[in-house]
Amino acid sequence: MQAAAQATLDFLKLYWAPLLCGVVIVAVLPLIVGYIVLIERKLMADMQARLGPMRVGPHGLLQPIADAVKLLIKEDIIPDDADKLVFWLAPVFSVGAALLAIAGLAFGPAFQIAQDLDIGLLFVVGISALGIFGIVLGGWASNSHYSLMGALRSSAQLVSYETAAGMALVCGLLFAGTLNIKSIVAAQGTQGVWFGFLAPVAFFTYLVASIAETNRAPFDLPEAESELVAGYMTEFSGFRWSLYFLAEYTNMIVVASVATTLFLGGWLRPFAKVGWLNFLDYLPPLLMIGIAGYCALRMPKQPTRVQQVFMLAVAGLCLVVALVLAAPVLLPFVKPSLKEAVAPFYAGIHGGFWFIFKVSVYLYFFMWLRFTIPRYRFDQLMRLGWHFLIPLSIINVLVVGVALIVGSYFNLQGWALLLATTPAAILALVVALAILSIDQKNQVRQEGTAATDFYAG
Amino acid sequence: MGAEELVINMGPQHPSTHGVLRVKLKLDGERVIGSECVIGYLHRGVEKIAENRTYQQFAPYVDRMDYVAAVSNGLGYCEAIEKLLIVEAPPRARVIRTILTELQRIASHLLWLGTHALDIGALTPLFYCFREREEILKILEKYCGARLTTHAFRIGGLQYEAYDTFEKDVERFCKDFESRIVEYETLLTNNRIWIGRTKGVGVLSAEDAIAFGVTGPVLRASGVKWDIRKAMPYAAYDQYKFEIPVGTTGDTYDRYLVRMEEMRQSRLICLQAIESIPPGAIMAKVGKVLKPPPGEVYHAIEAPKGELGYYVVSDGTVQPYRVRIRPPSFINLQAFDRMVRGHLVADVVAIIGTIDIVLGEVDR
Amino acid sequence: MVTRRNAVHSAIFLIATLLATAGIFLQLRAEFIFIVQIILYVGGIMVLFIFVIMLVNLDVALHQIKFARQKWVALIVTLALTAQIGLLFWTTGKMPGQGFPILTAAPVNRLPPNAEAVAKSLFSSYLLPFEIVSVLLLVAMIGAVVMAKKRT
Repeated sequence: MQAAAQATLDFLKLYWAPLLCGVVIVAVLPLIVGYIVLIERKLMADMQARLGPMRVGPHGLLQPIADAVKLLIKEDIIPDDADKLVFWLAPVFSVGAALLAIAGLAFGPAFQIAQDLDIGLLFVVGISALGIFGIVLGGWASNSHYSLMGALRSSAQLVSYETAAGMALVCGLLFAGTLNIKSIVAAQGTQGVWFGFLAPVAFFTYLVASIAETNRAPFDLPEAESELVAGYMTEFSGFRWSLYFLAEYTNMIVVASVATTLFLGGWLRPFAKVGWLNFLDYLPPLLMIGIAGYCALRMPKQPTRVQQVFMLAVAGLCLVVALVLAAPVLLPFVKPSLKEAVAPFYAGIHGGFWFIFKVSVYLYFFMWLRFTIPRYRFDQLMRLGWHFLIPLSIINVLVVGVALIVGSYFNLQGWALLLATTPAAILALVVALAILSIDQKNQVRQEGTAATDFYAG
Repeated sequence: MGAEELVINMGPQHPSTHGVLRVKLKLDGERVIGSECVIGYLHRGVEKIAENRTYQQFAPYVDRMDYVAAVSNGLGYCEAIEKLLIVEAPPRARVIRTILTELQRIASHLLWLGTHALDIGALTPLFYCFREREEILKILEKYCGARLTTHAFRIGGLQYEAYDTFEKDVERFCKDFESRIVEYETLLTNNRIWIGRTKGVGVLSAEDAIAFGVTGPVLRASGVKWDIRKAMPYAAYDQYKFEIPVGTTGDTYDRYLVRMEEMRQSRLICLQAIESIPPGAIMAKVGKVLKPPPGEVYHAIEAPKGELGYYVVSDGTVQPYRVRIRPPSFINLQAFDRMVRGHLVADVVAIIGTIDIVLGEVDR
Repeated sequence: MVTRRNAVHSAIFLIATLLATAGIFLQLRAEFIFIVQIILYVGGIMVLFIFVIMLVNLDVALHQIKFARQKWVALIVTLALTAQIGLLFWTTGKMPGQGFPILTAAPVNRLPPNAEAVAKSLFSSYLLPFEIVSVLLLVAMIGAVVMAKKRT
């Protein structure tokens, strides 16, 4: 008994930081996801010349809470012939896979649940692939022919684009040399250039593939409301549906974080190692002060007293955040002796800011795309994945490998490596587009022969 | 679930059937090999009701057929009865009728564009289109008090004079509208995904179109240059210069282009019309009690959806003997089966949208 | 011991078993094999299993009488095995220098990064088997595509 208690204490002493991160993530993530949904709705409204949720709370800010409460108190409907065990398990699979994938990610130099995992990136990719079971089992458990078809289609889409995404990540890993998340970001720091610039084709491929991985528009045919075959989520209502929703947005955060880590420099400031650009350190606090100023300016124009108070509160909050961001940068000027002590705080806080900023840009792009372009038909979607993205990513790995050898032969470092990799990227694109055009000619010929069979009357 | 024949039922309640339309699709795997439209869910017996109402009493009923473009319905009916009475509406009334009808055509096409794009997955054009449609509905509301089911016209002319700022409002709308059409086209016309979803989908050849009796933009997109506004002009259309857009292949993309161009031409007609609205009376000399001489008349107009025809038989009493309405959507829907065969299930929604049906008109 | 008649339930329990196996690999500090087990076995093969189970109508098997007589033999064998393993743990615990496994942080110099180690040996000492397996996989893929194409 003594030994067991001692062992537990030792365990806690060693792992208190990751455990705390874990608790924070599990507790805070649903709230964050709820507010990401609100941001998406507001963004959608802005692009569609309307206002979005405005009623619940000032400017609709309590809308996620209202939605969460509504979903929790809804009646739990299970179809009659549905398999109860699988019906219960399917959303759990989705959410479990998504949350477990979050565990492998690092949101800052010190904020990671699974610390020192040497296979970090592979862990995230592999675990998020388990989400497919949530979809397939969900469709099957609904005991509806159409739900099952929708689920199988969705999982086929996921599996197809996983290959392209994986090869794109491999290309980025060629530069990084390791799967450890912290080491990947450190490698981008030492090389001085983000891998997104060195491997633009891989970044583009991962971008498109991640949109398909998370079932977002334009690849959201399996879950579109206006399609004939109902999606896998149809029979799930109330809390079960909110679990699927949580899983989808958590997956979005996961792919955005993976892309940020591997291609956009993770938590590094732009031009992290360049000394004369150190003034960029002041950008985060200045940005927050700018937002605070904007809120303060808009305050008098608010229609109701509640909204005015709220605007002031937001401005105050932004000022506090600006202060927190500015402290690690300004303190070394005030007291040079503090420079050593302040360094980890600087890395942690500013790193967190830049990471969240980049993830937000990536997610903004996701949302922007959703509101702008129409949906792909399923066969067009599969054609894009198999006939364009997979050849592109495989060829890209080959040519970038060759470019790296050439680069190391001429001892190109950092930005100079672009000289070798850009021609490689262009070559990969040209070859893949050639393959696509040949395939399109074949497709036209095929569809021409198929269409005439059905006009017999 | 493999490759055997399957019959799927699509609604009456379905987000994409634009009303209560039930479509039974026979599938072979993923391809549609046959279809059957079951209609009648919105049948209200309008033609029978007409036999028990006086001519003026029946006028509001026709608005409820194509409720998206109520003004055109009213125009067709009033002109048909005017033909029966051998009465002509005064020139001022004719011009104002033309302006309102063309505005209504733009509004109808805007609603079509928004919902069609929404079905195919583009979420945003719907809101942009409804923003413009809102302006037109405001004008209609200022004119006759109603936005949707307007009863704007009377037999023999108009009841309401054009309000003070009518010409200014229409002019301002038309001036803004050009840039808006450019907005929609930027989003859709050259978009790869849009082209991929609409080109080659739902092809209707010109011979088939004529054989089925299809009219309106569907007919014109198949390559047949036929518009009643040019062929048998009514209201004030013979006074204005406008083009008839014609397509080449008769697929969904062509229908989209034809309707976009029609919106532009309607705008041109409106601009020409408001420059010179003739002064004068707005109502011809018709009595309070309408008793047309016994006889029959068929009058057709170019409604936004196609040829809307009214066949009215009068037996000399205050109530018509028979009113038969030729609804464009009903006839166009018959070509649905020909258009949908051989396509995938995901295209069915696009094809229903591209015919531009309104169930109120199909079922009456 | 098989307690489920429903094939999908069996598949789910197989997924759980495979995840547990992967967990054992993780506890042995073999991270690479852990994640590869999950990606390939669970994320690939089990997805295939489940697709097949769902696309093939297995209701027929559900209603057949299973071998109910084996239940009791299986139970006795399971109990015997459990007793043996329990005895094993017990005696190991009693031996000096050993004890119940206690989680400690892995010393930094204990095991080299897994993925690199596997990759190094795979691409140097085991290159020929690697290439042979690649060709085998390529043949399998081509065969699958050929068999799946409709006869036009």
